[in-house]
Amino acid sequence: MSIWPVLLGMAAVTYLLRASFLLLPPEVETPPLLKRALRYVPAAVLTAIWVPEVFAPGDERLLAGVVAMAVAWRWRGTFATIAAGLLALHFFEWLT
Amino acid sequence: MLPGILPFGVITGVAMVASGIEPPAAMVLSLAVFAGASMVASAQLLASGSPALLVVLATLFINLRFMMYSASLRQHFAHAPLKWRLLAAYLTADNAYGLLLGREGDESSKLGYFLGAGALIWAAWQISVAAGIVVGAGLPASWRLEFAAPLAFVAMSVPLLRDRAMVGAALAAGITVIAAQGLPLRLSLAAAALTGIAAGLLLERRKT
Repeated sequence: MSIWPVLLGMAAVTYLLRASFLLLPPEVETPPLLKRALRYVPAAVLTAIWVPEVFAPGDERLLAGVVAMAVAWRWRGTFATIAAGLLALHFFEWLT
Repeated sequence: MLPGILPFGVITGVAMVASGIEPPAAMVLSLAVFAGASMVASAQLLASGSPALLVVLATLFINLRFMMYSASLRQHFAHAPLKWRLLAAYLTADNAYGLLLGREGDESSKLGYFLGAGALIWAAWQISVAAGIVVGAGLPASWRLEFAAPLAFVAMSVPLLRDRAMVGAALAAGITVIAAQGLPLRLSLAAAALTGIAAGLLLERRKT
């Protein structure tokens, strides 16, 4: 199977999602419930992306994930979080 | 901000090539889609021989958050000229959106800030993906750099958990995505988004 039709489909879907509400004329109101609901989308979706990769029982990935969460909570830096998580992963792998 | 994007971009480039996507296609994918999580996920799906439609559907679910960003951006940029809104749509990324949320100012200064920050992030992202594609499978698998991708999402999501409703939204989404892991087409992600939003709305303190 050629990758190009898939690539085109992915690009079209992603751009349409990004443009969707920005294309509406200014006089159209965003419904208030939708506005409230939107606040929670990043927290919900971004969490749901990493949780299945980290919560593997009995695995050093879980311990490394806990370290990364603590660093992200305390220092909020992306680089610090990734570095701490990877170092913790190798440390716990070496321990077991 | 940039020190966080660069490693994630490199990892995305490495992950795509490692999954068997040809380097030129991987670079075009990065330029056309510009959404790391969906690129890594689709590369894995393609490597496992998934049909084209499933890969596009998975992309839709993973990138659904961009629709939410677009509704949120609309509250800031609804009156901007169409060409700038079309450009803002292309440059929408988690990081650029997050930066805008902490920004005060009128509509045009916010738009300029968003487009400037977005262009900078876009350029840094494309360069780092290209570097990852070139380095490709040359990096030893024992470094386990693929784990940097979920870690980047930890870094993006954890600082959002500032109040009860946000924590509830994240917890509900995390529990749902694990419980629904058996669902096809990555529907677990869509289910997690819905329960997360519902939990957030239920736990919200009304300001009436």
